[in-house]
Amino acid sequence: MENPYLPYPARIDSVVTETEDRNLKTFKLVFLNSEDRGKFIHRAGQFAELSVAGKGEIPIGIASSPTEQGYLLFTVNQVGVVTGALHQMEAGDTIGVRGPLGNWYPWERMEGKNVVIIGGGFAFTTLRASIIYMLHPENRSRFGDITVIYGARTPGMLLYKDELAAWNERDDIRMHITVDAADDPDWKYNVGFVPTITQEAAPSAKEAYALICGPPIMIKFTLPILSELGFPPERIIMSLEMRMKCGIGMCGRCNIGTEYVCKDGPVFDLAHMSRLPNEY
Amino acid sequence: MADKIIKKADLPALLSRLLDHYRVYAPVRHQGMTNFEKISAADQVDLSHVNTTLSPKSLMLPQSESMFQFTSMKTVDQRGILREIEKDYSPRVIFAIRPCDAKSFQLLDLNFDTPSYRDPWWLGQRQSTTLVGLGCNQPCNTCFCTSVGSGPFSADGLDLLLIDAGDEFAIQTRTEKGKELLIKTSVESEGSEATANAVLARQESSLKAFNSTVYTENLKRHDVKALFDGDFWDELHFACINCGVCTFVCPTCWCFDIQDEVHKGNGIRLRNWDSCMFPLFTLHGSGHNPRAQKLQRLRQRFMHKLKYFVDKYDRGVACVGCGRCVQQCPVNIDIRHVFRLMNDLGA
Repeated sequence: MENPYLPYPARIDSVVTETEDRNLKTFKLVFLNSEDRGKFIHRAGQFAELSVAGKGEIPIGIASSPTEQGYLLFTVNQVGVVTGALHQMEAGDTIGVRGPLGNWYPWERMEGKNVVIIGGGFAFTTLRASIIYMLHPENRSRFGDITVIYGARTPGMLLYKDELAAWNERDDIRMHITVDAADDPDWKYNVGFVPTITQEAAPSAKEAYALICGPPIMIKFTLPILSELGFPPERIIMSLEMRMKCGIGMCGRCNIGTEYVCKDGPVFDLAHMSRLPNEY
Repeated sequence: MADKIIKKADLPALLSRLLDHYRVYAPVRHQGMTNFEKISAADQVDLSHVNTTLSPKSLMLPQSESMFQFTSMKTVDQRGILREIEKDYSPRVIFAIRPCDAKSFQLLDLNFDTPSYRDPWWLGQRQSTTLVGLGCNQPCNTCFCTSVGSGPFSADGLDLLLIDAGDEFAIQTRTEKGKELLIKTSVESEGSEATANAVLARQESSLKAFNSTVYTENLKRHDVKALFDGDFWDELHFACINCGVCTFVCPTCWCFDIQDEVHKGNGIRLRNWDSCMFPLFTLHGSGHNPRAQKLQRLRQRFMHKLKYFVDKYDRGVACVGCGRCVQQCPVNIDIRHVFRLMNDLGA
């Protein structure tokens, strides 16, 4: 019997500092035992528990797409004990990975549909996984139009800047990159909050799903705009955060009503959310 | 139906034979409190209690349990890799557990033994254990097991049930594990009609002695958000000091935390009981806390037991009516009152 609490050992292959405040780093991980690679089959939207022996575990969204084989990417914001220790680690160090955990974006339902991705700040990780997944040559034809609205406080706080620029050059994905404010005279994208840019971009709700992930304030002001654009609650998909420990629905802390965010989530559609107590 | 009997005078001999075959945990009295402990001799056992101060849940879900070990020494190439820890899951008996506490294990199985994940330590404890129950001839004032799907002589979840029938214990066998225990310990005497009559008389008088009833029939039907927004939470939570004693004594409270500890380069990952009464339980790294307020934490505990659990599993409430929280709450918050408020919502 597999012990669901036992992390797979992994080596840090590389560390990339993503943002100008140096508080967000992307860790590329490779499993130490090749047989573990075959056991870790994820879908975009899922998360994993990263384990630093002696410090603990943290739930982090998987930033790499299932189509990126042989490694996993995690972009980690430094906030506490485990993330602090992780930020001190270097290529070659050993950590643990437990997962994949939780559910995923509803890829089965989204087949053949247009997809609008709305992200803010560092909550863009599983959305990156989703974009990479959909843009893969084997998958691109399975989806209609892809629209991305992604904002951060400043240009230097955007994640995955090279990929954003590359996507912006493509004609099979519509990019709306924005920042709250820019003092860079060469800034060539939008300036404005995500809800405003969403309103201006006005993506059609016809045959479309919206995946939305970001800080609570962004979600609060974006949801009414999506409703105005005609997105029904069943097609507004959100990914939630909660303090977690076990990640498998047993330790009891991450519930919203009957649902454990770690196991029954983290992905919920707005129709489902509206049936749950407002406690998150 | 009693299958076998054992004379009370022979109980010490039975316990001794049990000790030959099993690790035995039984009620032991210390400083005015009776709790389950591992025994090494029959005379340690004390059956004069109504129920133990603490539930026996720590025997299935220890208050602190090591999960993995690791080394953080720089010179060792296995540094930072978690390894499993050998556990003793040799045959074990929990002797004289009350029916309410046995039922609590069945309810916790729903959390720890699921179609998607199985908790290895919970299963290890459960599978190695034979549960020998002791029926309750005399309930206490705070007992209400009869209202929540159990009863003073309910054998649900037990392998054997003993019923005190005067000079002897009548024994009901419920499982193969129970049968095996009787064979191993050579319990062979058959009960007589007199035994059966004595048991019936005890059952009748015990049921008459119950003076607490709760009602649950509306809980499933009520809208979860209507209960969540009920106006009674404000008054209910006022006295609560979030001490968490209700969650620690409760046989159906299972929440736990996971922590790492390192000493001189050797570390363990362990899990410890946690409590929804504590603000840290849900505090995000960002500082956001979905249950920052005392009212929210008290509401979570009762909503979980009497509504979320009911809706999620359709197996009734996550309460076995043992009454420990009623007895031990320092500010007299009474779950029987909460049952009424929630069940009667809108009435």
